[in-house]
Amino acid sequence: MNLEEYKGVYVFAQQVDNQISGIAYELLGKAKELAADLDEGRNEVVAVLIGSDVKGLADSLAEYGADKVIVVDDPELKEYRTEPYAHALSSVINEFKPEIMLVGATAIGRDLGPTVSARVATGLTADCTVLEIGDFPLVAIPGQEQKHKQLLMTRPAFGGNTIATIACPDNRPQMATVRPGVMQKIEPIKGAKANVVEFNPGFTANDRYVTIKEVVKAVSNTVDIMDAKILVSGGRGVGSPENFKILEDLAEAIGGTVSCSRAVVDSGWKPKDLQVGQTGKTVRPNVYFAIGISGAIQHVAGMEESDLIIAINKDEDAPIFDVADYGIVGDLNKIVPQLTADIKAAIANK
Amino acid sequence: MKVVVCIKQVPDTKGGVSFNPDGTLNRAAMLAIMNPDDKAGLEAALRLKDQYGAEVTVLTMGLPKAADVLREAIAMGADKGVLVTDRVLGGADTWATSTTIAGALRNLEYDLIITGRQAIDGDTAQVGPQIAEHLGLPVISYAQKIEVNESAKTVTVQRQYDDRYHVVEAKMPCLITALSELNDPRYMTVGGIFDACAAEITTWGRADLKDVEDCNLGLKGSPTKIAKASDKVKKGAGTKVTPDSPEEAAQYITDRLLEKHII
Repeated sequence: MNLEEYKGVYVFAQQVDNQISGIAYELLGKAKELAADLDEGRNEVVAVLIGSDVKGLADSLAEYGADKVIVVDDPELKEYRTEPYAHALSSVINEFKPEIMLVGATAIGRDLGPTVSARVATGLTADCTVLEIGDFPLVAIPGQEQKHKQLLMTRPAFGGNTIATIACPDNRPQMATVRPGVMQKIEPIKGAKANVVEFNPGFTANDRYVTIKEVVKAVSNTVDIMDAKILVSGGRGVGSPENFKILEDLAEAIGGTVSCSRAVVDSGWKPKDLQVGQTGKTVRPNVYFAIGISGAIQHVAGMEESDLIIAINKDEDAPIFDVADYGIVGDLNKIVPQLTADIKAAIANK
Repeated sequence: MKVVVCIKQVPDTKGGVSFNPDGTLNRAAMLAIMNPDDKAGLEAALRLKDQYGAEVTVLTMGLPKAADVLREAIAMGADKGVLVTDRVLGGADTWATSTTIAGALRNLEYDLIITGRQAIDGDTAQVGPQIAEHLGLPVISYAQKIEVNESAKTVTVQRQYDDRYHVVEAKMPCLITALSELNDPRYMTVGGIFDACAAEITTWGRADLKDVEDCNLGLKGSPTKIAKASDKVKKGAGTKVTPDSPEEAAQYITDRLLEKHII
């Protein structure tokens, strides 16, 4: 493998139902930052758009920072299926030879990423939260070549108890999946036009093309908790699905959105798309209320980047108090309705 | 029908984590359990045994003590256990792990391979799809429901996505990665525990792996390298108060929100 041949920072521009997923724009934002630390001529930011009838989406990728958009458009790619998508992305990698390939750590990307990495025989680092360009090894070791301008990928492990920084020095592309909600989009450049390159490696169905019998969309009229500025999040301590009413009232008073912990989803009180945490969503709102949430490390991993964390819990030893900016020990059933009333009054007095 | 379930022995990160003085994980001090997603995969296989008389083999890669997790699986109802263990396989990343397990699976007959979606120590979700890729099998990840049509040799799976699920049909042989939500795993039975104690665990080393090159195994065969590992730096705790009344508590929070111009 001639590593020098591999150039550019590539992003898998995930789309579902012909709508670009937010993670694609987040990855482009990160790709631009990484590109700034790479050599001129090796730092093109390229979006790979895969789907059926998706060409019209290319300009929006340019608005969010793509220098070029490679479009693989084929009727076989209408719904996500591992095989045709893995064939599409690995063919792009073999043809265009990216130095870095970023994929969202979504339910799609965490299937596509490993399949493609195995097919093109390179390493893949999962669920990264920090990506930067640097040296590997970090500090020069006598007798070992120190490689420069490598992708250094940082991720949590052991349920969020440790963090590891990983490199992929001898294989290309350097591949990572990235947690949604962690990287920042750029301010879109309105009216930017994409430099589109169409590429179709050919799709011939075989036994690895599974058949989709049915697509069942979750019925949800809730806003995406990852976009919320204020989250009112409830845990097992809320006690019952009915009692979430007091959290909904608080959210309404303060202009926030209700979210929850895994325990609440496991109990069937709230749907999975409201779950914050390692197996749910990563959120970083301006304010995060943790109400009746003990603060298991898996939950904290999904919300600790919030600007302001306010916790209410009757257990004064709850680990949530270790990350809260303001911790209130007390009975949520009494405090939350009172707080809702006070906030309403405070807003009315303005 | 033959089902192979790939399982992993993991430290129980839920019950707290213990560190050595040098900052590495003190695995010896932590309880070792069967990875939860894998256990759901095993339960799915055992239901196929109940339904169709499927033969269930469990396979794991790890240190010799990982045989414990195979015995637990046999006590739950699995028929056979295979342990892949060898010093040269140590330090493997997901690529080298998947080439190893694929090398072991090439020695076995299977209609279905089930793995957990991800293990709670690494949380990567990579090894299942990578095994499928090495073996050239169809893969269905994130299974929340599995049904087998034995005569048609097909499997129908509810495949979970972020905002939907797909009902997907695949021809067997194929590989499925299981979510914990799939089912509630059964307990070990007393008879099963006796069987497990008596059961012979097949142990394979490097030489038993089929069609795998040394350059794809162990630490040396791992394309990803650890540059640095550290204990997580915790955000410092803020202010904790225990107000005398709900009114005082609400007032305290409201004042902070006003102070920060949130309301």
